[in-house]
This record gives sequence, C-alpha cells and structure tokens, in this order.
Amino acid sequence: MEGPTLEVDRIRCDGHGLCAELLPELIRLDDWGYPLVRPVPVPGPLVGHARRAAAACPLLALRLRQGSR
Amino acid sequence: MTGLSLLSGPDPRAGMETAAAHLSRLGPLPSAGTELIDLLDRSDLRGRGGAAFPVGRKWRSVAERGGSGPVVLVNGAEGEPLSRKDRVLMEARPHLVLDGAALAARATGAGEVVLYVGAEHAGAVSALRRALAERPEAERRSTRIATAPARYVSGEETAAVHFLNEGVALPTSLPPRPYERGADGRPTLVQNVESLAHAAMIARHGDRWFRDLGRGEAAGTALLTLSGAVAVPGVLEVAQGSTVGEAVTGGGGLGAPARAVLLGGYFGGWVAAEQAWGLPLDAPALRDRGHSLGCGVVAVLPEHRCGVVESARIITYLAEQSARQCGPCVFGLRAAAAAMHRLAVTGAEPDDLERLRRWSGELSGRGACHHPDGAAGFLLSALRVFDEEFLHHHRRGGCSVRAREAA
Ligand code: SF4
Ligand code: SF4
Repeated sequence: MEGPTLEVDRIRCDGHGLCAELLPELIRLDDWGYPLVRPVPVPGPLVGHARRAAAACPLLALRLRQGSR
Repeated sequence: MTGLSLLSGPDPRAGMETAAAHLSRLGPLPSAGTELIDLLDRSDLRGRGGAAFPVGRKWRSVAERGGSGPVVLVNGAEGEPLSRKDRVLMEARPHLVLDGAALAARATGAGEVVLYVGAEHAGAVSALRRALAERPEAERRSTRIATAPARYVSGEETAAVHFLNEGVALPTSLPPRPYERGADGRPTLVQNVESLAHAAMIARHGDRWFRDLGRGEAAGTALLTLSGAVAVPGVLEVAQGSTVGEAVTGGGGLGAPARAVLLGGYFGGWVAAEQAWGLPLDAPALRDRGHSLGCGVVAVLPEHRCGVVESARIITYLAEQSARQCGPCVFGLRAAAAAMHRLAVTGAEPDDLERLRRWSGELSGRGACHHPDGAAGFLLSALRVFDEEFLHHHRRGGCSVRAREAA
C-alpha cells in the first residue's frame, strides 16, 4: 500500500516553518518561509516523523492523509 | 459576430432575445429529467468556465447526492479581464441560459436556482431579470439573482458558494467540494452560463447533433473572445477543433503583424504566433499540447508591443487579485510581479530572471484555490515564449522591441 501524503491547509498556514525543521527530508521553505512539500507518499521510515511534524504545527495546518488522492 | 449554435439567430448586438422570439426560433424546452445526464455524457460537453470538466459527470455527482434538495448555481461571474463571452451570452440569449438552468435543476432534483452574476455586468443582470419575468411562475419563484463582487477570484467555485453562505466571495480550503456541501450546506452544482446554454441546445437537438458541430474529435462549438491585434475584436462562436488561425480570420484577420497569442486568458498562457495559428481550439487537444483553452480568450499581441512589459502588467494584476488568504499566493505573486516590473521597466536586479524561473515552478499548487497555479503557468509561458526579450531586458536593462524600432 502507498504511504500517506502530507497536505498543507494554505489558508491556515502562516509560515512558522516548524514543520520544515522537524521534517527536512520532505519539507523545505520557500523564499517567504512557507512550506514546500515534496509531492510523494511519505516513505515508511518517515511516517513517524511526519506524524510528529503534523502534530507540532501550531495552527493545525499540516495534515497527514492516508491513501492516494 | 456570427454564430453556429448559441449565437445563431438574430445578431447578438441587437440585445436580448425575448421569450416569444426564443420559443418560436428554437421550440419549447423538452421535458427531459435525469436521462438528460446520459445525453450530456454522450455529447462530450465540457465546462466552459475554464476547467473543462465533463458536464454530465458534474451533474451526476450532484444528482446522486440528492439529499436535502440540491442548488444550481449559475456562474455568470466573468472575472477574466479579457473575456466578454459570458456577458454577451447573458445579454443576448438569457433564455438559453435559463433553459439550461431549468434543465440542470430538473436533472439534479434542485429546488433552487441562483444566478450568480458579476456586479459590473449591468447589462447581463438586467437581461436576466427581464427574461426571468417572462418565465413560468414556478421557475420565477425558485430562482434568484445574486450579484458577485467584481474581482478575479469571485467566479471560483468555492468563492461563489462562500459568497452565498457568508457574503464573502473568497475561495475556501477544500474539501468539502461544492457538490458535496455547498450553498446552505446542500449539494451544489456550480456551472458556467455557456455550459448551461449548450445543455439547452443539446436537450433540443441531441448529442449527435452537438458532436457533429465540432471538427474532428472535438464536439460542439465554443464562444471565444478575440482581442488585441485583430481587425474585429469581440465575441465569436467557432466549431470546436477549428484552429486559432481560423478564429482570427473569423475576426476579420490580423490588424498588425503578430508576435504571440495569449490563449485562455490570464490563466492560460502565451504561445508564439507562428505556433499558435495551427492549434486546435479544443480543451483536451490543447491540454495534450501543454496549452489551455481556459474561458476561450484569444488575445493577439502585435510585434510592436513588448511581451515582457505586457506580461509584467498581467502578473501585477494577478498579484493584486490574490484573495490574500494564503502566504505563497500573497507573497509569491507580489514578489514575482515586482521582479517582472523591474525587468520590464525600472531595471532588473542580477538574479531577478533566475528567481522568476524558480518561482514559476514553485508557486504552482500552493494555494487553497488555483489562483497561484494559474499565475505560475502564465509566468512559465511568458518566460518560455519571450525568452529572447527577457534576456535582452535582463542584460541591457532595456526593451528589445524599442531597440528594434530604433535600429
Ligand atoms: S508548521 Fe504549520 S503553520 Fe508552520 S509552516 Fe508548517 S504548516 Fe505552516
Ligand atoms: S490561493 Fe490566493 S486567491 Fe486562492 S484563496 Fe489563497 S490567497 Fe486567495
């Protein structure tokens, strides 16, 4: 089965950048500090990190969604 | 202006066609119900607001939800600055639009129809109001007009629903999609006015008739808005699958030698003139070639206008039209517009061009709605088509069009 995907609620996210710190493997920040998420299913070994990053987002803007879209 | 289907009959410039004239020309609206959805599937009608989504599939997804009575939201908020076709259609053929709305309501089980029209389209609002007064009483009672604020994103599906619910014509984060939970929390069909008018013709003449109107694989006709270096700018109806060159000929031919064509409007992209003429005006065929028909805008840029300056103007407009809800859209478009403006007018910073190239890739898919995607696509096409001009502006800080003229 494919891994879950990371989604950012673009209206909620205000570019704190915490997610990129917690999950640099999949998230980097653009020139304005907003997350650029690699558009791939989260690989197994990173799922735990991804879940923690989503939980740490102060605005609940980062979500881990199961299955492909 | 000429017409093959929607604009056949009296000259659209003559104004609104009355109910009596409409009925004597086209006959009564057939009493089709849900079977119309199959007919639409077979006709291959696609939405004409820009996304080209199959209309039958859209209607079915609302009809299947049923629930507490769906809503039909007739989208006549034509936010694209270069487009006029929806306005012309509403002004000249309001009964065709209302027919389409009535059919959509019947096919989806909707009890309510909302005509969502741009506040600045005064002629369209008044034509629809007058036409509505001529409709059967049951239809009049279940239909209302809502005027949308004049801005680019007002016509976006979720913005339209948001406006009806809370008076704010700004896009919302997905999901739920409007067909799941839209106006009043009910399943909502948001459909462009041209798409509905086509449905009203298909209900009368059949799917075969519609497909035969198109050229080759393409089905039906499309309304275009021609502008720029054409002899007769305005709204034109063409067979889908006919070429950009034929459309320009239909508009009286070129008014000046052409450099490029903006196809699909601000959300579409530039195509070099010599490549544009042979392109088929058909959404799927254009998509396969990396272009977009969008809402049917064909704007011809003459050689004596600078593509960099024009592109800077358009990206500035798009940046101003950001609904300022999502960071990448607000800051990214603003920065792209500033860099383009420096390149075009005031003199570029050393890495402006490089940054624009990167941003044209990074800004796509970064908003709650497709606004930044459209802007990024536009930016990408500008950098590709006006590559030489951009390099010239970048190196010399000046305009190659003006340099050419001076030489
Ligand atoms: S942690 Fe949340 S708010 Fe901060 S940048 Fe990431 S998604 Fe946006
Ligand atoms: S992407 Fe831009 S236009 Fe769309 S909702 Fe976000 S800020 Fe508004």
